Amino acid sequence: MNSPIALLIVDDENIVRDSLSKWFREDGYSVGTAENAVVALRQMQTQHWDIILLDIKMPGMDGIELQQKIKEIDATATIIFITAHASVDTAVQALKSGAFDYITKPIDPDHLSHLVLNAIKHRALQNENATLKEQISEFLNPDDIIGDSPQMKKVLELTQTVARTDTTVMIRGESGTGKELVARAIHCNSERKYFPIVTVNCGALPEGILESELFGHERGAFTGAQYRRKGKLELADGGTLFLDEVGNIDMKTQMDLLRVIETKQFTRVGGNNIIKVDFRIICATNKDLEKAIAEGTFREDLYYRLNVFTIIIPPLRERKSDIPILANFFVKKHARVMGKPVASFSAEAMDTLVQYDWRGNVRELENAVERAMVIKKNNVILADELPFQLSEHHQYFTSGSLAAMEREHIVSILKQNNWNISRSAEILQIDRVTLYNKIEKYELKRPS
Amino acid sequence: MRTEETVVTSTITILNATTLSASPLRDILHEVEKNLRCSVSLQKHSLDIEKTFDTSRGQYYSTAILTQVMKRAPVSTKCVALVDVDVFIPVLSFVFGEAQFGGNATVVSTHRLCNQFYGMPADESLHVQRIAKEIIHELGHTYGLYHCRNFECVMRSSTYVEDIDLKKSSLCNECWQLFEILSLNNLKKNE
Ligand SMILES: [Zn+2]
Ligand SMILES: [Zn+2]
Repeated sequence: MNSPIALLIVDDENIVRDSLSKWFREDGYSVGTAENAVVALRQMQTQHWDIILLDIKMPGMDGIELQQKIKEIDATATIIFITAHASVDTAVQALKSGAFDYITKPIDPDHLSHLVLNAIKHRALQNENATLKEQISEFLNPDDIIGDSPQMKKVLELTQTVARTDTTVMIRGESGTGKELVARAIHCNSERKYFPIVTVNCGALPEGILESELFGHERGAFTGAQYRRKGKLELADGGTLFLDEVGNIDMKTQMDLLRVIETKQFTRVGGNNIIKVDFRIICATNKDLEKAIAEGTFREDLYYRLNVFTIIIPPLRERKSDIPILANFFVKKHARVMGKPVASFSAEAMDTLVQYDWRGNVRELENAVERAMVIKKNNVILADELPFQLSEHHQYFTSGSLAAMEREHIVSILKQNNWNISRSAEILQIDRVTLYNKIEKYELKRPS
Repeated sequence: MRTEETVVTSTITILNATTLSASPLRDILHEVEKNLRCSVSLQKHSLDIEKTFDTSRGQYYSTAILTQVMKRAPVSTKCVALVDVDVFIPVLSFVFGEAQFGGNATVVSTHRLCNQFYGMPADESLHVQRIAKEIIHELGHTYGLYHCRNFECVMRSSTYVEDIDLKKSSLCNECWQLFEILSLNNLKKNE
C-alpha cells in the first residue's frame, strides 16, 4: 500500500467528524470530511475516495439518497453506513441498495478497524492487480539462532525448508535450547510473516484459565467478565499459533484444540457466535509425548495432527563447538544492553565454559555470561568470575580426551536406544553393570 | 539500527490522576524512559476529571481531558495525563487513550488495562507493561508517528487489550528512525 487509502467521512455532527478523522489519520489514511450532502458531492467531484463513511440520518438529503448520487459519480466507491442503534432497519435497506456494510453508534473500535480493513481487502480483490504477493526470496536468519556445529546447521536447514510450507511443525528439545527462537524463525520466513505469531505457554496456566486464554470469552461468561475478551486463537488469525509446552495441556483442552484444528472454527467461552480462524500451528515440547500417549495423558489423534514435521534441537552439551560462538555473542549482546565495552574470555574461562555440562542449555549459558558481565573487574572475563566452578570431577573431561569421547559416545548410544540399558550395553559390548558404573561416573541422567 | 550514542533529551511529564502506588508508577516511568530515551518526571495533577463525565454514557470524555492537559502542558515538554476512569471519544464505545497528534498533550486510561476488568486473575507486571506501552504509543503520536503495521511495534494500533500484549514496548527500527528525526525537529521547534 504505497499511496494512502482515501476515506471520506460524511456526518452532520461536528464532533463525530472530528473524532473519526482523528482515528483514521493516526492509522495513516488520507481523510476528508463533509457536513452535508452538498459538500459531500462537491468532494466527490474534486478527488477520488476509496471508502466513504456515510451517516444515514442527515438534515436535507439523507444517506440513502446520497448513496445513489455518489454511485452515479463513482460506482467503485465503497460505502459504509453509520447509524444510530434505532435505525438498523434503514441500514438493512441501505445494504440491499448496494452499501458495503453498516455500523451502529457508538462504534466498537475493533469492529471499525476490521470493517475498514475488510473494505480495503474487498477493493483489492476487485482490482486484481492490487493483490501484490511478495515473494520470499531470502531466508532471514533471526540474529539469535547461533551455531556452527553440524547439528545446528541441520536445524537451520530444516527450519528454512519448513518455513516455505504451511505445515504444522513440532519442535523438540530440552528446556533452554531455544525452541521459541526456531518457531519465530519459521514464522518470520513464512508467508504469514505480516501477521502475528502468538505464543501460548500451555504449561504455565491452570485449566480454566488456559481455556479462556485460548478461546476468549463473551461478556458475562462468568463472574467478573465485564467485557468480551479475545482468545489467542483469534489473535493468531492469519498468522502463527505457537503452543509452547504442548505436552502439558489437560485432556479437555486437548479435545477442544483438536476440534479447532480440524474445523478451523470455534466459539468463545459463554458464547454461540462461530468464529472462523486461519493460522499455522507450531508447537514445542521437552516431554516424551510417545510415553504420554502410552500412559493415556496425551491424545493420540492430537499427536498425529501436531507431529507432521519435527525439528529436534540438540542440547548444548552435544554440540560443544557452538559454545564459544554463543558465549561471544552473549557478551556483545549484554555489553550493548548494559552500555559496557565488549569483553573477552580468558583461555581458562573459555575452557571452563566449553567443558561445563549446561543442563539448562543456551539459556543457562546466557545467564552465566550476563552475570559474568556484571561482576567482571576487567575487560577479560576470568574463570573465577563465572557463576560456577568445574568440580575436580569434571576436570579430565577436557574435550578431545579419551574420557570425554567415551562419555559422549555412551550418551549417544543411550539416546539412540531410548535409555534401554540392556540394548545399549550390548551395542557398546560391555556388561550392564559396567554401563551402570559409567553412567554414574559421568553423572549421566535419563532425560525426563 | 539503534545507535547507543543517540540520546534524545526531550522531557516528558506524567500527570498522575490514578490511585497507582509508587512502585508500579516507578516501573512505568522506567519503561517509558528506557524505550523513548527521554527523561520522565511525575507530577501531581490539577485536572478536573469529574467535569468531563458524560452522564448519558457513564464514561469520561477523553477529548475534554486532553484539552485540560493542553492548557497545562509547558511548551517544551510532552504531557501525559494518566487516569483510571473509563474514557471515550463520541463515536467510539471506548478508547485506551488519546493524543494531540504532533502536539504536546496526551491522555492514557488504565481502566481497561487490568486483567480483573476481563474476569482474569490480577497480574501487576502485565498491568504495568500495558500502561507503559499505551503511554509510549500515545507519546509516539504526539511526536507525529502514525500507526505501524509491524505486529511487534508499540505503534501498532490496538483495539483490544489482548492486542497490546502482543506487541513490545519498543518502537520498531523504522519507527525509531522516524522518532529520532521527529524529536530533533521537536527540540528545534521549542528552542
Ligand atoms: Zn494510536
Ligand atoms: Zn513501527
